[in-house]
Order: sequence, then C-alpha cells, then structure tokens
Amino acid sequence: MTGPAEVGNEDYSLRVNGAACTVNDAWLGESLLYVLRERLGFLAAKGACEQGECGSCSVLVDGALVCSCLVLAASAIDAEIVTVEGLGSPDSPGSLTDVQQAFIDEGAVQCGFCTPGLVAAVHDLLDRTPQPTELEIRESLSGNICRCTGYGRIITAVQVAARRRVASS
Amino acid sequence: MTDTATSDITVAASTGRLGDSPTRPDGAAKVRGDFAFSSDMSIDGMLHGATLRSPHPSARLIAIDTTDALAISGVECVLTAADVPGSPTYGLITQDQPVFAADVVRYQGEPVAAVAADHPETARRALAAIKVTYEVTEPLTDPETAIAGTHADIHPDGNIIRHQEVVAGDPEIVGEIQVEGTYEIGMQDQAFLGLEAALAIPDHDGGGVELFVATQWLHEDRKQLAGCLGLDESKIRLTLGGVGGAFGGREDISLQVHTALLALATGRPVRIHYSREESFFGHVHRHPATIWMRHHADRNGRLLKVESRMVFDGGAYASTSHAVLFNAVTHAQGPYKCDNAVVDGWAVRTNNPPCGAMRGFGVVQACFAHESQMDKLAAACGIDAIELRLLNAMETGDRLITGQVVDSVAPVARCINETVALPMPDQALDGDDPMWLPGGAGRTADRSHVVRGVGYGVSIKNLMYSEGFDDYSTARCRLADGVATLHFATAEVGQGFVTLAGQIARSVLGVEEVVLEPMDTSIGSAGSTSASRQTWMSGGAVDAACRAVRELLFQRVATTHGLDPLRLVIDGSDIVDPDGALRIPVVDASSGMAIDETVEYRHRPTVEPDVRGQGNSHVAFAFVAHRAVVDVDVELGLVRVVQIATAQDVGVALNPLSVQGQIEGGIAQGMGLAVMEEILVTDGLIRNPSFTDYLLPTFLDAPDVVFSLIEEYEPQAPMGAKGVGEPPCISVTPAIVAAIRAATGRDLDRVPVRPQDICGSP
Repeated sequence: MTGPAEVGNEDYSLRVNGAACTVNDAWLGESLLYVLRERLGFLAAKGACEQGECGSCSVLVDGALVCSCLVLAASAIDAEIVTVEGLGSPDSPGSLTDVQQAFIDEGAVQCGFCTPGLVAAVHDLLDRTPQPTELEIRESLSGNICRCTGYGRIITAVQVAARRRVASS
Repeated sequence: MTDTATSDITVAASTGRLGDSPTRPDGAAKVRGDFAFSSDMSIDGMLHGATLRSPHPSARLIAIDTTDALAISGVECVLTAADVPGSPTYGLITQDQPVFAADVVRYQGEPVAAVAADHPETARRALAAIKVTYEVTEPLTDPETAIAGTHADIHPDGNIIRHQEVVAGDPEIVGEIQVEGTYEIGMQDQAFLGLEAALAIPDHDGGGVELFVATQWLHEDRKQLAGCLGLDESKIRLTLGGVGGAFGGREDISLQVHTALLALATGRPVRIHYSREESFFGHVHRHPATIWMRHHADRNGRLLKVESRMVFDGGAYASTSHAVLFNAVTHAQGPYKCDNAVVDGWAVRTNNPPCGAMRGFGVVQACFAHESQMDKLAAACGIDAIELRLLNAMETGDRLITGQVVDSVAPVARCINETVALPMPDQALDGDDPMWLPGGAGRTADRSHVVRGVGYGVSIKNLMYSEGFDDYSTARCRLADGVATLHFATAEVGQGFVTLAGQIARSVLGVEEVVLEPMDTSIGSAGSTSASRQTWMSGGAVDAACRAVRELLFQRVATTHGLDPLRLVIDGSDIVDPDGALRIPVVDASSGMAIDETVEYRHRPTVEPDVRGQGNSHVAFAFVAHRAVVDVDVELGLVRVVQIATAQDVGVALNPLSVQGQIEGGIAQGMGLAVMEEILVTDGLIRNPSFTDYLLPTFLDAPDVVFSLIEEYEPQAPMGAKGVGEPPCISVTPAIVAAIRAATGRDLDRVPVRPQDICGSP
C-alpha cells in the first residue's frame, strides 16, 4: 500500500513487540492504529470510535496504555510499542496469557470486538495493581466499552486472573 | 498486506454437552486478537470504498457532478443512482429504500454516491470533490403531522407505514379505577462495537460477486443484493465476516449493495468500513415512540381493560417498522390477564433517521408504558405494586388481547416472586468511596443529597417471527470416524450459537469432536439472528440434523449386530443396547463411512391478524421480572443504578454461562435506555453521532446483577429452551425508572431520564 497519491509520503520504522517494522511511502496523517492494522498486519487492536472513548484500540507505548487511534504513528517512531500480539510468551507462540485464559474461562468474551483492547488494559492494570479491588477494576477499565456482556463476566475474569497470578507467584 | 479474506474462518470446537457451560470455540482467537472480524479482512489489490451522504434531511437532488472526484489520482470509480443495474430500491419488508438517492433525499445521511480509491484518505477526498446541488425542502419531523395527513407524501408509499388496531372483548367496559399517562421513549442506538464492514470480491468472469460481511441474515442480504445488482442469486456468495455485535442493527442492508456494486464496477476487490459517525447514519435505530395508555381496573386492582394509542416514528424508510408496531400493539397488556382492550397503533414515515430492529423490537416501548401504568394503578388502588402484579399475573392458558391463547410455559408469578426474594445490595449506600455515589469520578455527590429507590418491572416477549412468516432454519450434520461436522448459515454475532451447536451435536451423537464449517450461503437459510430465535430455530435444526444422522447410524449398527434399532441409545460416547447386548463406541461405529443429513426446522405456523388485531399471530412467549435499586442525587439529578435483580423464564438453560452473559448484557442495554442513551434529533438532524456524545454504560455505570433462572421445560421448543436474548433488556428499563420515581417522587414519563427531569422545575 502507498499513501494517498496527492500528498508527500515518508518512510520510517516502528518498534512493535520488540521487532523493527518498516513503514514505506506512508502519509504522515495516519494514526498508529491505522499503521498497525493496515500496513503492518497487527490486527488485534480494533477501531470502533476514533475518539479515544471505547478503548478497543488499546496498546502500550513505552509502557503507557494508550488509544492507538489518538496517536500519530510517526510520533511513535522512537517508542517501544506492544500490542496484544506481543503479550504472550515469545517462547510459545499462540499460547494464552493468564488474563486471556481467564477471559475464556469466565465467559468474558461474546462478540469479542472489545476483547483485545480489554486484554491489554487488564494486563496493564494487574502489572500495576496485582490485587485490585472491584472499584479499582471498574475505574481502571472504564475507558474500555463492551456492548455485549454488561461487564459482569469481565470483572469476574479479572478477579480470577489476579487470584491465579498471586497463587502461582 | 495480509490476505485474510481467503483464510479459513472455521472455528475450532470446544467440549461440553447440553446443560454444561463449555468455553467458546472462538474464544482463543478472540482473546488473542486473531479472530477475523469483517473489518479485519483484506486482500491484495483491494480498493477502499466510501459513501457520500446527504447533509439534509429533506431536499430535492438537482444535480451531481463527479468530474472533479474522478480526476483525483487514485480514484477508480464513482457511482450514483444511475449506475444501479437492478432494482433501485431495497428493504426487508417493503422495498422502499433507494440504493442511492435519485431525485430526493429523505433523511440526513442518505447515500447519494459511492467511490472506490486506492487509500481511505483518497476516497475521503474524492467524496469532498463530488458536487451535489440540493434544493432544501422543509422536513416532515412530527409523527402526528404524518398521521393527520396534512403534509404531502414524502414517499410514493405514503406517510403511513402501518396502522394496526387491537380490539378485544368489550371495548366499552369501564373500570371503577382508571389511571392514564403518556410516555415517551427516545431513539436508542444498537452501538455494536464492530463497525459496519464488508469486503466484496468480483468473480473471475465479472458476472458475480463474493461478499464477506458482518450481518444478521446472510440469505436475506443475498436476496436484496440480487435484486439491486440485477444478478441471479446463484451469482452471489456471502460468507459471514466476524461480527462485532449486532442487536438488530445489522438486519437491514447498509453497505452490502454499495460494496458489491463498486467491486463489480472496478473489477477489483473493494472494502468499505464505516467510521463511528457514519455508523450512526448508516443503520436503523430503535423507534422513538409516544404511547398513551389508560388502564381500567376494579376496586380490588383486577385489570379490566387497557386502552392505548401508540405512535412509532419509523423515519424515512419502512425497514421493519411494520413488524415492530405489531409487536408493540400486541404486547400492550404486558404479562397480565386482561380481557378487554382498545389499542390503536401507528408507524409513520418522517424525515427523521430510519428506525427498525433493536433488541426487544417494539416490546421495549410498550413495556415502559404498561409497567409505568401498573405502578400508577397500584397507587390508585392502594395496593402494593408487587401484589397488584401478582393479582393479575398471566398464566398458561390465558388469552391475549389478540385472542391467542398463551400455551407457552408462563411462570409470571414465579418470575415476580423469585425476583423479590433475591438479596438486596449489601450496603445502605454503597461503600465509603465517593466513586460509588451518583456522579462517580466527578465526585460531585454530597451523601446527604443521595436517596435510594427501588422499583419493579415485568414483561412478556414473543419469540421468533410472527404474522404468518415462513420461518425456518437449515442445518447439515455429517458424521464420519467419530467426528461431527456441522454446517449452517446462522449468524454468530457474539451470542454463542457456535458453542451451543457443538453442545447439541455432542449430546445427540455422543461424539467429542465437532467441526463447524464457515457460515455462508452454500447451505439453506437459517433466518435472522434476531427475535430471540436462534437457539430455538437453528438449535432445532442442528438437533434435528444430528438426530437424523443418529437414526441412520443406529440402523446400520442394528443391522450389523442383529438388533432392534429403536432400542439403541447413546450413553456417554457409546451406542448401547440397554439389555447389555451391545456397547460400541460411536467412533468405532462411524468408522470408515459417512452419514450426511440436512434438515429444515420450522416452528408451527402463525397467521396474519385481522383488522382488529385478532389471530394466532405469535409463536411463543418468554417472561421476566426485574427489580432495580438506584441511588439518586436529587440535587444534581444524577443516578447510579446500584443493582438489578432478575428472574427469567428460560425454559431450560442449555448453557448457563451464556444465559448469564445474555442477562447481564441485556440489562446494561436496558439500563442505557433508562438513564443514558439517546440519539438526539432536531429538525431531522442527529446532534450526537459519536461515542463522545452518545453515552454508553461503562464499567463504572453497570449495575451489579443478581439473578435466578426459572427452568420450566417448554414443550413446544426443540430442547425445551426458550430464547434468552431479548427479555433481559425489556422490563429493566421501567424498573429503573420506577426506582427513580420512588427516590424522587417525580412522575418521569420519558426515557432516558435526564438530570433535568429529576432536578428541573416539575
């Protein structure tokens, strides 16, 4: 893919999940979400509001949870970007993280569109707060909208993942 | 660029039988983010489509000049109404909606042209370069004006989409106690997270097209596509792209025809992917409605008659307004015994946004009115609101105001009693943290201004399609070497049918491994994933197909072993003769051969109603009760829904975890309608087409849910199970409003309840 024909385009490189990824002939107006999805093939981050309201596009940029729809890709050139594809163990590709497993076990997945963004947000939460209260869970995840589940099974999944993580540490 | 369009989206099977709660077969893919939603699909050489929409709700279309757009480098194609080869219009019930506006536009956002270009940004610029000359006309925005007939027809089909009465018993009877009210329901959006997206690939000879699309009903889409493309249905193949929620909003055509037209015109694959703003204009919404009701009762509170006038604003095109209105007028009595009724229902055409299917489908609106009325009636009779509902609770064998006898299991009193018995929230005012108070993170609430209220709602909801529609679903089961392969066109939109299908096959056939083929149009229709119908209909079809396979398997085994096939049963993973003459694993019995059966499942026929709304027009019914506990900051008008308790009539819970997910998710949507969600429309213009301005419940808004499943086997249903998708979102809305009334003493006759309704001048 190239950028729109009538504007000047650039080449640059991003670090995604520990690897350098080259972006060629790209319009600098493209968001990080767009570049991750459409140019680099990292499809886990989803676009659903383009305004940072729903959290479906959540990724980590230099350790900070961000809505990638609100970040210009070219502004993340020197950053470490982690997507849901980069959360699992590099030793066993395709394996599930404790958070992902808890989501499946507890019925936290229905249509699944919000799920990757929530998985990223829950990892961020549990890395900072290993044993969150229910209010901490609700507050931390309130930037991620789910339209299917009513959130109940997701809250349970977070609690289960936290318990398992504590038990296994 | 990845090529996911041609990748296999078959989902791996999980384990578990009916009554278990196995994990979803698509769960791992969804948590990893590699489940292919329709917006994730792409293919080499693909173009990006975009749609030009009218900024006006009502205008004459004088001219369209596409010259400048076509001159932009990277723009491959611009299409307008003149380029539609087949029928210029489509629609689910009547084909009244243009693919592209030709001479007039009837709502803000109506498609006028579509482009295909090398990049989404190029496509956007091409849209901006199309010159459209409009002659703006005064929009018809008041439904009452449409009914009055004082406005010129805005469409050749007229301004009345449907007028339907329901008249039962003695229309003149008068009750000693009467209460009345007029209720308004705002326009709600389905707000599924996965935006509309489709990928169309022209067939090699250019004479056909393959479409990957997120939809609720592949075969209906194909039928409408065939009409507009001027192609035989055999030239059009549809495969379900991963669906990110639906809730009724994907039942109508949105981008299907545009995407396919662009692909056929350019000879290249084309993807269209709506933005959130475009999505608000690109699909139908829940009908806003105004409902007047007058209830008559004797002095003991026994319901004598319901009178109602219902006005549903269908917006510019008919969509399913016809059926939504019928649901509303036939559910006016609620889940209560009532022999007499006069209901007058109107679904009208205006220049407001088109409205159609959304979870609850007309019953949501009726329920807010009848439950508000039941509370008024209780107060007028001096009876407790629960007692009044129990006194009037419908039972199996009662007659609806349509004359139809309710032969479904009807545990209304049990729903109410079990809801009442569920535990109340632990704390008087939830916890010490001010985050739990109304207003939450704003920390605006002063505890002394917060008042708790409790309210109830009860509802009845029809299941499946009504009014004589030939409603069926198709499923195929192939058994070979102990593996069952299932094929159906049932749209998995998140509800979990893919999980249930495997459970059915394992239970019927005793197999462990179940493979699901892609959902597509190479098999017969499954009908729509709507009307709480797929567990019953497609579940019934999968069950019947598996049973047909099992019957043939038993015959073969019986012949081989000289046994009576009618005596054989599945026990675990074995076929056994109960006398002990035989025990053979299904894997062995099905080794080296294949049994392949396809079955169409139909529910019993229904009829079209007569002019007085009489007839056995519905199939079956489900019931539910809700209790809401709310905290209200009466100074600021802010509400926190603390807890919802519910007991739901489910027949049999085939997958209890999935049922819980439907209950909790439906409650959140009903809560959204009660206090948050409304598309604001002024003079035909949507004022809040974004997630910044259209407020959806978040983790901090969602209430705790406590629930009880009422499991009374439904004899009509294939596996005793009723659909569970819609009931959770229906009576929760009036329950919440009743709780706010209890906390504030206000009448509150509209939803969503806004802060100014609570603390403004009464």
